[in-house]
Amino acid sequence: MIALEHYLVVAAILFCLGILAVATRRNAISILMGVELILNAANLNLVAFARFTDSGFGGQVFAVFVIVLAAAEAAVALAIVLNIYRNYQMVNIDRLDSLSG
Amino acid sequence: MELSTIVFYLFAAVTVGSAAAVVFASRLIYAVFALLFTFFGVAGLYVFLDADFLAGAQVLIYVGGILILLLFGVMLTNRIYDLNLLAERVQFLPSVVVVGAGFALLVLVIMKTAWPLSEGPSAASSTAEIGKSLMTTYVLPFEAAGMLLLAALLGASMLAGTGKGQEEDEGEL
Repeated sequence: MIALEHYLVVAAILFCLGILAVATRRNAISILMGVELILNAANLNLVAFARFTDSGFGGQVFAVFVIVLAAAEAAVALAIVLNIYRNYQMVNIDRLDSLSG
Repeated sequence: MELSTIVFYLFAAVTVGSAAAVVFASRLIYAVFALLFTFFGVAGLYVFLDADFLAGAQVLIYVGGILILLLFGVMLTNRIYDLNLLAERVQFLPSVVVVGAGFALLVLVIMKTAWPLSEGPSAASSTAEIGKSLMTTYVLPFEAAGMLLLAALLGASMLAGTGKGQEEDEGEL
């Protein structure tokens, strides 16, 4: 029997790697991948707590909604990235500063 | 050591190792394919947690949907024949220090907290239970998620489209 802490530590590692990807990468798609890692870590926590406490299936249902939101977010974000590429021929978010004063 | 424990550590190692590859890969396309193994590893962990529906949904939606979208994104926004597509990296050392400190704090909290453990719901069929609760307790969020997906579908096709069809429509009107 695997203890709850094992899942939480795996999720913590995933979360930290996701934050690292968002903080260090400058390519918009790399940052999206970091966000997906973070969402997966949160989902893992939700499902682990649903399994190891008597909170019913609420945690799993919440994880389903997180997956739905991740899908919607990925679709819209990639559409925006494609538009940025069409207009600027690059997706480096540090150079997209025409709105900065 | 039991077999299930070994398999758990195998899945955990696949998940963590490929997630590290996503972050540290030198080429963007390698990072996307490493993400594939991360998603499969998380799906395996869901199976360990008796969440069989979520494991299936993870494979179908993340691997079959989001990963394909990301691959399209990589291939459409970069010249794919440019194999030296280096994923550039900034402020690496400060980020590692801050994230490492955050991870240490997380592990400390996880280990020190006395979690109120109890046996979760019976693992008979999480799919049926999730289906029932989506149609009863969570029917409003379910419908809201449906509306959100419709809006995201229309918005994504509007944003990514070339706008040519739109102009023609306006010309006819």
